[in-house]
Amino acid sequence: MKEIVVISGKGGTGKTSIVSSLAALGPKKVLADCDVDAADLHLVLHPQIKEKHDFISGEKATIDPELCIECGECREKCRFGAISDNFKVLPEHCEGCGVCAYVCPADAVKMSPSHCGYLYVSDTRFGPMVHASLGIGEENSGKLVTTVRKKAAELAREYGYELVLVDGSPGIGCPVIASLTNADLAVIVVEPTISAEHDMRRVHELTQHFNIQCLVILNKADINVSISERIKDYCHKAEIPVLGTLPYDIKFTRAQIEGKSVVEFDPHGLGKEIEKIWQKMMSF
Amino acid sequence: MRVAVASGKGGTGKTTVAVNLARYLIGEGKEVSFIDCDVEEPNAHFFLIQEFDEEFKEYVTVPEIDTQKCLGESCKKCVQECRFKSLIWMVSEVLVFPELCHSCELCKLVCPAQAVLDGQREIGTVRHARKDKLKFYSGLLRIGEAMAPPLIRKVKEYANPGDVQILDCPPGTSCPVIESLERADFVVLVTEPTPFGLNDLKLAVELTRKLNYPFGVVINRDGMGDDAVLRYLDAENIPVLARFPHVQEAAQAYSQGKLLVDAFPEFKGLYQGLWMEINKLTDGLGGAR
Repeated sequence: MKEIVVISGKGGTGKTSIVSSLAALGPKKVLADCDVDAADLHLVLHPQIKEKHDFISGEKATIDPELCIECGECREKCRFGAISDNFKVLPEHCEGCGVCAYVCPADAVKMSPSHCGYLYVSDTRFGPMVHASLGIGEENSGKLVTTVRKKAAELAREYGYELVLVDGSPGIGCPVIASLTNADLAVIVVEPTISAEHDMRRVHELTQHFNIQCLVILNKADINVSISERIKDYCHKAEIPVLGTLPYDIKFTRAQIEGKSVVEFDPHGLGKEIEKIWQKMMSF
Repeated sequence: MRVAVASGKGGTGKTTVAVNLARYLIGEGKEVSFIDCDVEEPNAHFFLIQEFDEEFKEYVTVPEIDTQKCLGESCKKCVQECRFKSLIWMVSEVLVFPELCHSCELCKLVCPAQAVLDGQREIGTVRHARKDKLKFYSGLLRIGEAMAPPLIRKVKEYANPGDVQILDCPPGTSCPVIESLERADFVVLVTEPTPFGLNDLKLAVELTRKLNYPFGVVINRDGMGDDAVLRYLDAENIPVLARFPHVQEAAQAYSQGKLLVDAFPEFKGLYQGLWMEINKLTDGLGGAR
C-alpha cells in the first residue's frame, strides 16, 4: 500500500480541486482529508458518514471557584497566559501542561481530557473517505491528522486497496509535518506567483527534511508565464519531477459550485489533462 | 489600533488585502506597523519591502538535564509529569526531546534536585525592516519546527503599539490564528464567493465570535462564483466591509508582487472605502490614533 500526500505550502493553489479530481481516476483508493483546520474535500465528494468518533486528545484545566483561594500561584506560573484575572481558565490558551494543577496549594485545579473534535469514516462515489473536524480554536491538529491517516491506512488494508490519497494542510508547521511523516510520496501543487513559489521551496525543504520523494503539479500556469518557467527551472535543478501543468480556468470554480470534481465537470478538457497527471504520478 | 486580517482558508486574498490596506494608509500619511503573522509561509514582504534591515534567531526554553544532580531511576518525576512526552527515561538517564517540548517548565517545578536547567531550542528567525512610514515585522519558522505560536508571539512583541498595526494572519482556525488575533481591535475576514470560500468563512466567523472580536467581511474576487456568501452574510447580519472585483489583471499583478492600489486607481478608492467602514465599526479608533 502506498500513501500519497498532496500539499501546497500556500493555500488557494487548487490543492483540493486537484485531489478530488485524482480521486475520480484510477482504481479504488481510500481518501483522507488532512486539512482538518479548514476541510473542503467533503464539498466535492459529499461523503455519507458511516462512523463518527470523538477525538479526545490532551487535557484542559478547570478551576473550582469553591476551592480557589485566589493566591495567584497558577497565574504566575502559567507560561501561556491561560488564567484570567478572576481565576478562570481561558480554554483557547490552555495547553494542558498541568503546571497550574501542580502548583495550586488548594487542589482547586482539575485536569480533564479535552474533546478536540470528531473523526469521520464515510463512503463516497470514489471510495471510502476518512475526514475530521477540529473544534473551533482547538489545538492538537497534528494529532488529529495522524489519527486520520492511521484510520485511512487501516481501511486500505482492510479493503485490500493499494492507495491512500491524502489532501494535506497548508503551511509547514505541525499539521503538515503530521501529514507528511512516513508518507511514500508528496505532491506539491504550486501556482506561478512569487508567494506560492517561495512557499513551494519551503515545503520542498520540509519534504527533504523528512526524506520524502516529492513531485510537482503546476496549476494556473498561464497567470504568469515567466514565474511558471522559473518554477520549472527550480524543479529541474532540484530534480523534482513535474507531473504536469494546468491552466487558469473558471471551470475549476464552476465545478466547485456544482459540487463536482473537475474530471467529472469537464471530462474531455481539463479531465484529460488531469488523467495524464494521474498516469505519470502512478509511475513513481 | 490593531487590525487583524484573517480567513479560514488560504488563498482567498488575505495578504493582498493586508498589504494594500497598509499601502493605502501609508499614502494617507499614517505610521503603519505591518506584522506578518504567517511565520510558516510569510509572503507579505514581497509586496512591501525589498529587503530586511535586521534578522535574528529566536529561541524557546527547553529542559536540559544536569546529570550530576539528577536523582536518576529512583525519581523520574519529570518523566512522569510531562504531558507532552518530551522527557523519557532511557536505560540510565533522562532523555529530552526538545521538539516535543511546549516550554511549560513543569519539569523544572517538579524536580526535587534542581537538575532541570534552561536549555534552548531555535524556533526560527524574526526579521525587521523600515521604509519611510512603514515598520515591517515578520518571522520565518525553522523547517522542521512544528509549533508556530511562540514565534508569532515574538514577532508581535516588537511592534510599536502606537502605530496603526496591520496583522496578516495565517490560515485556519487553530492555535496560530488565535495567537495572531490576540489583542486585535478589529478583525477583517477575507473570503471569496465560492463553496470552499463560504465553508471556511463560516469557520472563521465562528472563531471570531467565540473569541469576541468585532469583525466584518471583505469579499475578494467578487463575481467569480455565486452569491451564497452574500446570502449567508445577510442572514447572519455580518457587515460587508468591501467587495473587490474579480479581474484577471489583478491576479497577474499579484503574481508579480505588485500592489493593487499602485497599479489600479479604482482599487485605491476601494481600500479607502474599506478603511472608512473599519473606522465606522470601531468608532473611529483608527482615526484618533
